[in-house]
This record gives sequence, structure tokens and C-alpha cells, in this order.
Amino acid sequence: MVDIRLASEVPPFHIVADSTEPKHLVTPGSLITKETGFMRGHGTYMQDDCLYSSVAGVVERVNQLISVRPLKSRYHGEIGDVVIGRVTEVSQKRWKLDTNARLDSVLLLQSVNLPGGELRRRSAEDELAMRQYLKEGDLVSAEVQNIFNDGALSLHTRSMKYGKLSQGCLIKVSPSLIRRQKTHFHNLPCGASIIMGNNGFVWICPTLLDDGAGGFVQNLETVPHADRQAISRLRNCVTALAHCKMMIYDTSIMHAYEASVNAGLEIKDLLLPDKIKEIALMVRKQFEMEKE
Amino acid sequence: MAEILLSEAEKAYIHHGVQDDLRCDGRTRLDYRPIILETGLVSNASGSARLRLANSDILVGVKVELASPLPDKPKEGRLEFFVDCSANATPEFEGRGGEDLANEICRFLQRSYASGDTINLSELSVLTGQQCWVLYVDILILECGGNLYDAVSLAVKSALYATQIPSIKVATMDGDQPELELSDDPYDTKRLNTENIPCVVTLMKIGNHYLVDPTPEEECCSSSGIVVAVSGNKKITAVRKIGSGSLHPDSLVSMLKTGSEVGAVVNTILMKKLLEEETLEVSQKVGFMR
Repeated sequence: MVDIRLASEVPPFHIVADSTEPKHLVTPGSLITKETGFMRGHGTYMQDDCLYSSVAGVVERVNQLISVRPLKSRYHGEIGDVVIGRVTEVSQKRWKLDTNARLDSVLLLQSVNLPGGELRRRSAEDELAMRQYLKEGDLVSAEVQNIFNDGALSLHTRSMKYGKLSQGCLIKVSPSLIRRQKTHFHNLPCGASIIMGNNGFVWICPTLLDDGAGGFVQNLETVPHADRQAISRLRNCVTALAHCKMMIYDTSIMHAYEASVNAGLEIKDLLLPDKIKEIALMVRKQFEMEKE
Repeated sequence: MAEILLSEAEKAYIHHGVQDDLRCDGRTRLDYRPIILETGLVSNASGSARLRLANSDILVGVKVELASPLPDKPKEGRLEFFVDCSANATPEFEGRGGEDLANEICRFLQRSYASGDTINLSELSVLTGQQCWVLYVDILILECGGNLYDAVSLAVKSALYATQIPSIKVATMDGDQPELELSDDPYDTKRLNTENIPCVVTLMKIGNHYLVDPTPEEECCSSSGIVVAVSGNKKITAVRKIGSGSLHPDSLVSMLKTGSEVGAVVNTILMKKLLEEETLEVSQKVGFMR
């Protein structure tokens, strides 16, 4: 019922680098180079002809441009990314979404599919009916179409697989842990579907049917118990991987899920600090075995 | 507590989960999230404790000082609580945003300790009517992850358990003025009897069921709940209703009963862990570095 541990009993987890090459890691205020002739990129500043880093991260060099990519930061959008956002505001002809970026992302009314898939110009009635489709607090999966001048992302849901999300569980992790893959929508064999947004929002829900209705039909029926267990276990696995700073993609999530089932752990046991470390170690061992 | 936006479908999912006795993270309705505890972190306080309940992070420091007792209670010392919601905890606490919550928690703690069953304040008396110990309990909320009342009360109990009050000898001189002598040995201290100090249990009502240790998402789905302070011998010392919804008298009674049972279990496990920690060596202190 209650689990109280002393801080000294919680084992430390040693993060192992994926590659053996030493990366140029810097901390705020550390010197990057004394040579002149380099262009200053993001995350750096110049002082007395020397280039210093202003964030904690990895130095990236592209020809003459030196920048530092921070390890933990807000989401930096690229065109074509799949993101999951929560509606914070309904304005004129657009919705504002929170996507863990520096600015709220924008979803224009013309970038959203109409129910029934009609193609026409959006009228004043469509504008007044905006709130019936998406209101404050709703979750949407979308793709980045464009980036405005100020850095705000412009999203679109112009495909049947994007749209308003129904019942499920949202997990927030750091955006740097989500790998860029061919597809971010996965129907996992354990009986749940997962959407990994590049912005760090991971959505787990009961298996999506292949004919995605674009999110116009909301299913509010009770989710069966077995599906609910799968969703909870996946949620705890993703949280465990994020806690141990391991990359989150469909293979690593399935390894963690199978490891937790094989170890006979109950779903709520996956919240304990030592079980989290155990799962992460088992996933790492599985990857090492696969490499050989 | 922090306001979270949730969609209708997410709220429906949480409601059905609570009905099914399987919450989003696999816990049953009466399960707590894992708690990590450490005492003795702050070296210049008489007692301190740090408690982490999932995302909630609470740091408590206890300082003891000599002062004159209250005129209507000459044989008793007293406890003074102060809660500070750090602006780092959540954006709502920026500026004076955290003051309301801080005052609420402070007043509830004072009420729950006011009963004579919880702590024996006459242990804190030094000279009847003239000098007594005053324990200043300072609570700092570093991170807010739901269920603050519980985390704060457990941290305060641990800090009071670890508090060391210097022993004092009263030497009467020839004149009328008695002199207080503080012992030279820093380890010559006495400890309080913290067996009956109350633990707080928060129960939120979702649909027809109630649950313990709600996450911020579950708090958002619920409209009413109670906060119960339960002392070591299963007695309820204070109750507070939170939320804007209403509670049926029958459900209130059953929630109080469950609250006192859960509180007793939490109390025994916490006391066991605190005893265990005493046997550890000083070199095993972890602090904030992990």
C-alpha cells in the first residue's frame, strides 16, 4: 500500500554512452575554442575573442559555424515532425496549442480536415463552429507544416491519421529522447497503440482502428480491463526509460514491456526506483545481445 | 494545487479507471506512489528531513529556541509552522501566488497538532511560566506534483523525529534569578516522542469511489475530497474538506474510516523506516546531489 525508502537505498544508474567516440561536451561558461574566424551559432557567446558555451550540451560544427546543442531544452520544431499538442486557446480562424516549445504552436482553421472530408473554403459558420471540434484542453496529433518568422510552429492535420485524440494516457518526456523515425504511430502487439510526438509528448491509447476517422468520432465507452493493463504497463515502461535517459522508440518500449512481463513485475511495481533501474539494465542487455 | 487542462476523453478514461480499481499508472485506489525519505540534511538546523513523493519535493527544517511560554499555558512549549511555496515548484507560485496554499497548509498543520494526543508539549517546558522551548518548523515546497498535504505532513513528522533538543540544567543561584546551563557536549540532547504525531491522508472523490494519493490529473477530475490528519493510535485529529463539490454524509463517513486505516498503516511504516535510518552511518547521506 505504501512504500517508503531511504535515499541511501535508491541505487544510482550509470548512463552508458551509445558510441565510444568522445563527444565534445561543454557546460555553461566553458571555453570552446580560442581560434577566430568561426561564426557564432546558438548556445554560444563571444568574450575577449574567445568562444564560450552558454548552455550544457554537445558542440556541433558545420564548416565555420559552431553551435552548442543543449541536452535538455524546449522542443525545437522541424518541418515534417509529428507532434502532439494541447489546445490552450481558441482564436479567430486558428487554435493555439501547447507543444512544449518556446511559443505556442498555431493550428490554422484551413489546415484542419472538415468532417466528411469535404474540400471547400472555410466560411464564417465554420469559424463559429470551431469550438465544437476543438476546445481548450483537447489533445491533437498533428504534423509541422511551416515555421513562422518568430519561431512558432504552424501545424496541420490534413491526413486521416491525425486529429483529435480520444481516450488514453499522455506522458511528457524530454524531446531529446525521442528518435526521428519513419513512422511515429505504432500499433503495438500488446494491445495498445502509441504515438511518439517529436516534442516529447507520448500518447498511449487502446488499439487504433485502421480507418482513422480523423478524430471526429470520440469513443467514450469503457476501455476493457486487459487493454487498460497494457496501457498502464506501457506508461510505466516509458516513464522508466525516460528516467534513465534512454532513447524512446518502438523497439526499446517493446523490450521494456517484455522485460517487465518476463520478470513477473506487477504494473505498480514499475514505479519503484530499483525496478526502474532493473528494467533499464535489461533493455540495455537486450540491445547488446542483438548487436552480436 | 496546479491547474491542469484535460480533455473530456482523458477525464472519462480516468473515471473508468477509478471504477475498475486500476489507475493510469497501475495503482489501486488505496496505493501510494513510492516515497523517498532522508533526514539530517541541513546541518545547522536541529532537525531536518527531505521527502520526495513522485514529483513532489518537500524540505523541512526544525530550529529550537528558548522563549517565554504563553500566559495561559505556562507549563507547555509550542510549535510554530511556516510554509513557503517556492516559485520553482510550479509557475502558479510566482510572486505571491503560493501564499494562499501556504497559509492553508500552515493552518491545517496547526489544527492537527492542537490536540493533546499528538505531541506532549510539556516535554518542551524548561522553567514553568518563564522559559520553554519553541520549535520553529519551516517547510519549503520545492516541487509540486500533487498530494502536497500528505508529503508535507510526513516530512514534518520525520524532521521532528530527527530533532535534537539540547539538554538544559537549571541552576538556582542564591539570588532569585535561576540560571540556565546548556550542556557543553553537542551530543547531549533529548528527542521528542513522535509516536502519535499525525500523518495526513488526502482522499479525493471521483465518481462513486474515492482514492488516496491523487496525481495532478486525478485531482483535476475530482470535484471534492477530504484531508484527514490521523495520529499514531488511529485517532483523527483534524479534517478539512477541499474542492467545490459536495459530499454525501454516508460517503464522508466511509472516507473518514478508510482515511484513518490508511493513516495508521503509513504511520507504522514511516516509524519503522525512521528507526532503520538511525542505524545507518553518517557517510551514507545522499543529500541533493542525486
